[in-house]
Amino acid sequence: MKCWFAKLTCLLLLAASMPLGAQDLASYEKRVSVKTLPNGLTVVIWRRPEAPVFSFFTLVDAGSAQDPLHETGLAHMMEHMAFKGTPDIGTTDYAAEKPALEKVEQTYSAYEAERIKRVGQDPQRLAQLKTAWEQAIKEADKYVVQNQFGEIVESHGGVGVNAFTNYDETAYMYSMPSNMIELWAALESDRLAHPVMREFYKERNVVMEERRMRTDSRPTGRLVEQFLGTAFMANPYHRPTIGYASDLQSFSATDAANFFQRYYVPSNMVIGLVGDLDPAQVFPIVEKYFSRLSTTPKPAELFTEEPAQNSVREVTLHDPAQPFYLEGYHRPSYLAPDDAVYDAISDILSNGRTSRLYRSMVRDKKIAAFAAGFSGWPGIKYGHLFAFYGVPLPGHTNEELQKAVHEEIDKLKTQDVTDEELQMFKTRTKADLLRGLASNEGLAQQLATYQTRYGDWRELFRYLDRVDKVTKADIRRVSNQVFAPTNRTVGVIETQSASKQPAPGAGKGAEQQ
Amino acid sequence: MSVRKQLITGSAALQRRVCEGPFLDEPGFSPAALENSKNSRPELFCHPERSVRENFAASCHPERSARKVFPTRRFCGSGGRAVEGSAVLTLSICRLALLLLCFVLFFTGLSPAQVKSWNRIQPPPLPAFKPQEPVRIQLLNGMVLFLQEDHELPLIDATARIRGGSIYEAPNKTGLTDLYGDVWRTGGTKTKTGDQMDDFLEARAAKIETDNQSDSTSISLNCLKGDFDAVFDMFLDLLHNPEFRPDKLELAKEQMYTEISRRNDNVDSIVRRESRSIAYGKDNPYARVPEYATVADVTREDLLNWHQQYVHPNNIIFGITGDFDAKAMEAKLRQAFESWPKGPDAKAPDIQFMAPKPGTYFVRKTDVNQSSIDMLDLGIERSNPDYFAVTVMNELFGGSFSSRLFNHLRSGKGLAYAVGGGVGASWDHPGVTNIDMQTKSASTVDGIEGLNDEIDDLHKKPATPQELKRAKDDILNSFIFQFDTPEKVLREKMAYEFYHYPLDFLEHYRSEVEKVTAEDVSRVANKYVHKDRMAVLVVGNDTEFGKALSTLGPVQDVDITIPPPPASLMQQGPGEN
Repeated sequence: MKCWFAKLTCLLLLAASMPLGAQDLASYEKRVSVKTLPNGLTVVIWRRPEAPVFSFFTLVDAGSAQDPLHETGLAHMMEHMAFKGTPDIGTTDYAAEKPALEKVEQTYSAYEAERIKRVGQDPQRLAQLKTAWEQAIKEADKYVVQNQFGEIVESHGGVGVNAFTNYDETAYMYSMPSNMIELWAALESDRLAHPVMREFYKERNVVMEERRMRTDSRPTGRLVEQFLGTAFMANPYHRPTIGYASDLQSFSATDAANFFQRYYVPSNMVIGLVGDLDPAQVFPIVEKYFSRLSTTPKPAELFTEEPAQNSVREVTLHDPAQPFYLEGYHRPSYLAPDDAVYDAISDILSNGRTSRLYRSMVRDKKIAAFAAGFSGWPGIKYGHLFAFYGVPLPGHTNEELQKAVHEEIDKLKTQDVTDEELQMFKTRTKADLLRGLASNEGLAQQLATYQTRYGDWRELFRYLDRVDKVTKADIRRVSNQVFAPTNRTVGVIETQSASKQPAPGAGKGAEQQ
Repeated sequence: MSVRKQLITGSAALQRRVCEGPFLDEPGFSPAALENSKNSRPELFCHPERSVRENFAASCHPERSARKVFPTRRFCGSGGRAVEGSAVLTLSICRLALLLLCFVLFFTGLSPAQVKSWNRIQPPPLPAFKPQEPVRIQLLNGMVLFLQEDHELPLIDATARIRGGSIYEAPNKTGLTDLYGDVWRTGGTKTKTGDQMDDFLEARAAKIETDNQSDSTSISLNCLKGDFDAVFDMFLDLLHNPEFRPDKLELAKEQMYTEISRRNDNVDSIVRRESRSIAYGKDNPYARVPEYATVADVTREDLLNWHQQYVHPNNIIFGITGDFDAKAMEAKLRQAFESWPKGPDAKAPDIQFMAPKPGTYFVRKTDVNQSSIDMLDLGIERSNPDYFAVTVMNELFGGSFSSRLFNHLRSGKGLAYAVGGGVGASWDHPGVTNIDMQTKSASTVDGIEGLNDEIDDLHKKPATPQELKRAKDDILNSFIFQFDTPEKVLREKMAYEFYHYPLDFLEHYRSEVEKVTAEDVSRVANKYVHKDRMAVLVVGNDTEFGKALSTLGPVQDVDITIPPPPASLMQQGPGEN
């Protein structure tokens, strides 16, 4: 039990080249308590009594990868709807609101059935149904107390009130003064146990605005949506987390409620809590409030594995924006035995000014303003990508960047990295771990994530063992396996020249071609 | 990629500033964190010292894998379903009954009785918490040192903030301090190249970095405590003997040319730049932007001169925090800095501020389907006695979760994902008042009218007692987060020192917020928020607008064409100068 910890201590001693003294890392383990409730909810508490505050991170092991067909963006809606309240919060009269919300669903369902008719749609009937739906929304809105959930949290000192969704997970987080722990437990358990899909259709419009901002109106947003759709075919990573516009204008609050019932269940959740919290006092509070969550079993891990890629894939976006280069190679999920090897490759290629891509492409060849290779995109849970991207300097082209990236990849395949490079990766990884311990928010997220992804928060430290075992031969082997042309997808932005600006060095770029 | 790597580099909360426009910061109010929030030409993409994913997420990659429910702003299954129990069947009826009873009690009987509704919970008082104050020392040469022990982790962080920043630049060399802030570090010292420094530091997972702001530059270090002496020696060498090697100056210039060439690609970078230009006037030092020509004109000599002019102990505030003994560290710092002779004081430029010309300003961008709307005016200084009432007004108007703007325009009308704003307050000059939203092209005019209505309401409908209480509670109950780490306390004190504010400003702040009344809120709303005095910047695609902007009055087109590079640069190309 303590074995790994002794090892860790040694590693860190080595990294820090000094006795850790007061910072004896064994003390960190003593600060952590874990408990799983009968309904399957796991709570990890890290006691950090430096100041009377705490942060939490609720991680639901369901993200946009779980979005049903025709309902992309639904997991992301769960993120938004978590702030819309419960029967207790956000309403003036839930008894009256409940039937009004049911009416919204009935009228929407009738409207939607007519709207999606491909043949025989009756425009007049459609307009009537739409009016009826809008009228029902107006009725239901009469009972709404807007944003009361957030208001309660913030007026009790909550900060950093937010949530996010990615392909792998949905997460909720904020921080509060430590005397608010019971209030937090009441609020968090209430919204997870009894969510109410009020103001759902307006929130869909909010999300449409979010989509316009992040995807439609940004050049790299436009590129990345096309790129992922090309790099993945079967794996749900090919769909946008935010959802396709037509799905966002179609799915219903009922769809959302069903999705919630299936995935947002305690057996599929971990909560990380970090701060001035005494587990002896906090666990009973957690049990008291969170035991009301249903005991639905953890949803089955259904998943379509991406078939092996056997062709080069390319996306070219002709756009008013300046050039941008992106390429990705399929790699297995984070559970792959070589996971740490990918981290080593990413670190050596991209971390800071000593990195290979910086030195070759930015410093020496002077063709890129920035270039890097990284892993873990767009998720980690399933097979994903090791990607490279680069920003050409004015007058330089995506082709030049591609060539330079491929030269660096070839080097990884044919020559060992240096001892110094490998050591630098290991030292930095250990130091980063240490630095990560300094924030309640960050730690809460790490505990919840490690507990979810490995079933044990201690993997946060055990990971260092895997890092330490990475060899030069591993890096060559993995590079040869993964960086194959037929495993590659390329995405570029090429500037549409209608109003092309002259740029310094334009002459030079032309000469070189 | 390991889970942890993803977390460290991908955690969304703190990394969005670069992308998201001028009003972003950590949620909650943080006086020091706000300082210079309006500064900074955006660091376009990709700082080599930021992690890769962070860079990708922050700017190169807006289609982030993680999306959040709210843009971070400055101000900014029910019941117990029966459990399957095949094991239960093997038990005796009696035990089964008992078990069921327990089950029922546990899931339906006991818990509802125990669980309190949120409004019945009486939180105990927050335990008394006295944040640890840093030690302040002023050396005879004028240099101010702050030492803050923090023994939780074996790390040490230090920053020297030096008076003099981009507002001190000559207009024809705009961009000088951007180059300085970069090349100071990358250009190395007389005896070590920047690359050699990189090798030395990275092998120790240590950092020394330099940076620039509107009113200051800085040099900082971060290392494991066992490496402190070696890293600090290098820090001192860079402080005293920078070399600004020409190859690194050229490299930095190329980076800036790239930024300039891309500055119209994204709406947020256009808004950040043009909103300052409209609020302050385009020639105001807080609004000037580097151009190809002004960057090309900066020489190595300029950087050396800058260093010689400003880097003197009497212009420096030095803060250090981490795992050290303050007495021993003080001795070390005295040894390092005490004999450093005084130099000329940095003299801040005298800047005139004039309110923007009201009206609608339009930037045409044809590749977007959403408009960005910013209503702009000059704000106030933080030393203004109205600052506290303004803070409360901002909170209830556009700064929080349940603010009027958020409730009405986002949640109520579904018009926007991002909406908010308030009267800006900077430390030593007027901030920018900015009320903004982003809405689909078709509802652009509706959006502006919606904001106008909210401003009217702010004047007509005074804060209700509930609104006032909530806004003050938001600020006061989260007050602890202003000083919940020793490092935050240190940063606050350094900011007060830099701007000549009383060092107990934060304590003062709390009691002043408590005193704010609904009348105060109305008073400052009438004094500082006037829709007819505001300049409205719209960046969008007018082919999709529902109603024409001209229905709101005359529209002035803003030309954002990037002035072409000078001929010399076109011929040579970067990298060959």
